Amino acid sequence: MRAAMFATMALLLCVALTCGGGAVSAQTGSPEQAPPPAPAPPSGLIYADVANDAGNAITLSWRKSPDDSLGLGLVKGYVLERGTSPVGPWVTVDSLVAATSEYVDQDIDRNTPYFYRISAYGPGGTTPALANAGPAIGRETWFNTTRSSVLAFVVVFFLLVLYYMSLAQTGRKPFMRRLAGIDAIEEAIGRATEMGRPVLYVPGIQDIDEMQTVAGLVILESVARLTAKYETPIRVPVAYPIPFTIAQEMVKSGYLNAGRPEAYDPDSVSFVSPEQFAYVAKLSGIMLRDRPAAHIFMGSFFAESLLLAETGYSTGAIQVAGTANVHQLPFFVVACDYTLIGEELYAASAYLSGEPRLVSGLKAADMLKILLILLILTGCVLESMGITALTTWMETQ
Amino acid sequence: MKRELPLLMTAVIGIFMILSFFVPHHLVGVPADYLQQCAVIVVAFGYVLGGANALRVNLEGIARRQPDWPYKLVLVVSLIATVVIGLADGRRWQEPGTASMFLYDRLYSPMQGTMFSLLAFFIASAAFRAFRIRTVEAGLLAAAALIVMLGRVPVGDALTSWLPESIRMSAFQEWIMNIPQNAAKRAILMGAAMGVMATGLRVILGIERSYLGGGD
Repeated sequence: MRAAMFATMALLLCVALTCGGGAVSAQTGSPEQAPPPAPAPPSGLIYADVANDAGNAITLSWRKSPDDSLGLGLVKGYVLERGTSPVGPWVTVDSLVAATSEYVDQDIDRNTPYFYRISAYGPGGTTPALANAGPAIGRETWFNTTRSSVLAFVVVFFLLVLYYMSLAQTGRKPFMRRLAGIDAIEEAIGRATEMGRPVLYVPGIQDIDEMQTVAGLVILESVARLTAKYETPIRVPVAYPIPFTIAQEMVKSGYLNAGRPEAYDPDSVSFVSPEQFAYVAKLSGIMLRDRPAAHIFMGSFFAESLLLAETGYSTGAIQVAGTANVHQLPFFVVACDYTLIGEELYAASAYLSGEPRLVSGLKAADMLKILLILLILTGCVLESMGITALTTWMETQ
Repeated sequence: MKRELPLLMTAVIGIFMILSFFVPHHLVGVPADYLQQCAVIVVAFGYVLGGANALRVNLEGIARRQPDWPYKLVLVVSLIATVVIGLADGRRWQEPGTASMFLYDRLYSPMQGTMFSLLAFFIASAAFRAFRIRTVEAGLLAAAALIVMLGRVPVGDALTSWLPESIRMSAFQEWIMNIPQNAAKRAILMGAAMGVMATGLRVILGIERSYLGGGD
């Protein structure tokens, strides 16, 4: 009897455990969950040739997958593919994150038909696009119409320069106001001569593709002419190799034009280093050891501007600087005796040479500035009236 | 001919490069890209020339026992050692653990950092001179600088917390930076842009030709 009771209880316990286990399983869920569904495909893939380019870009846009919404997590991204025929073979252009609906393919050959397709992918797999788009052809153009305003200004400027040059050739020299900073250069060289010390000329810290470097090197010729005239040595440490060779020619030209070619010292121009602070170290060494009486900084400068100008100030040298880098101008204004601001740097070579044909370029620039000021005022009035045609025309890409 | 040929080349290539800004067609764009690549190659040769000049000038200084010859010796030894180590590392020179990277990480970077850090002290000394009020203009500069500096830190607003928000220190400094400062900066930039065009045109048209040197 007792054995029968134990057997019954054991059976009941087994049944209870089995049923209970089943209940637990039903409550916690199966360890092998059903995978989420593959995302619905994107649709409406359209293409357009990018205008005003060399025919190597196509803009593509599409409607996102209906499952591509924040929080669902069904779409991880899109795969854009490209082929030269509607049936492939397909090459992946790019893999794009979810919520993207536009892309510019900038890696195509011009005048070649391309077909595109787009797929959405997510944890549930990849859904290929329902349809391809194409043929998309990148067409090149002969003129970038978004730059027509720049062309107009360049043409006007060229015409103005030619007009003032023709006036200069008839003997009418344009008026030019005095620039104290440039007048100070001769004063500085004169002082160096009196003290029997050299002049240090720094043509900036950028390569020849920077126009400020070109302007600095052009001014160097006039400065070298003055140092040759006063028989004062000049030192020109240069940061880049191409400006270095041009600087040599400029100094040589200055000595020749001053009628003292024999006084030209080839070692007066030296190559230092394009590394910014290595260049500063060399120049600081020259300032502190050789003690030049005049420091002339003309060109493009960055963080080294104050390092150089303050070191120079501590030596008591007369300092003249010129740059168009607006963020460095305050440093030069504070630490130097005279500073050429922005356009004065470009005007300096014409001013120093006094040649009418060079000065005519300045006159043309002034006239263009007046034109620009009038255009800005007109633009302000038109924008206030809700007319945007002028500002749209002046926007460039 | 020595002068005419470079002038002609400058004019033709200069006008062609201006043209490439407006014409995206491959007949203009491809030669323009090619010319830019040529410029890179010319610059590479220029470095050989520059390196040779640096060696010659400094070796002469050492030979003549100029007053600063020990510095020149350090420069020459460093220059040669860097080149030799770079060549020995070959194409792996940028990989971690190479001697080139050791030079870069342990010598070059700290030395650059040292030079750059000097700027902090120079800014302090320059600012001290700049803010001495001797003229009306210097007074305006000092007042504007004071407002901008105070307006950019919390103490500026704390000092003017009793004022309406639109005229507190931070709003005032923002006005100075956005209106008068920006206006002056843009005027300088526009003037400089004209200067760039004028200088470029002078070189392209051959009006400015001093870069050709003095010889015929």
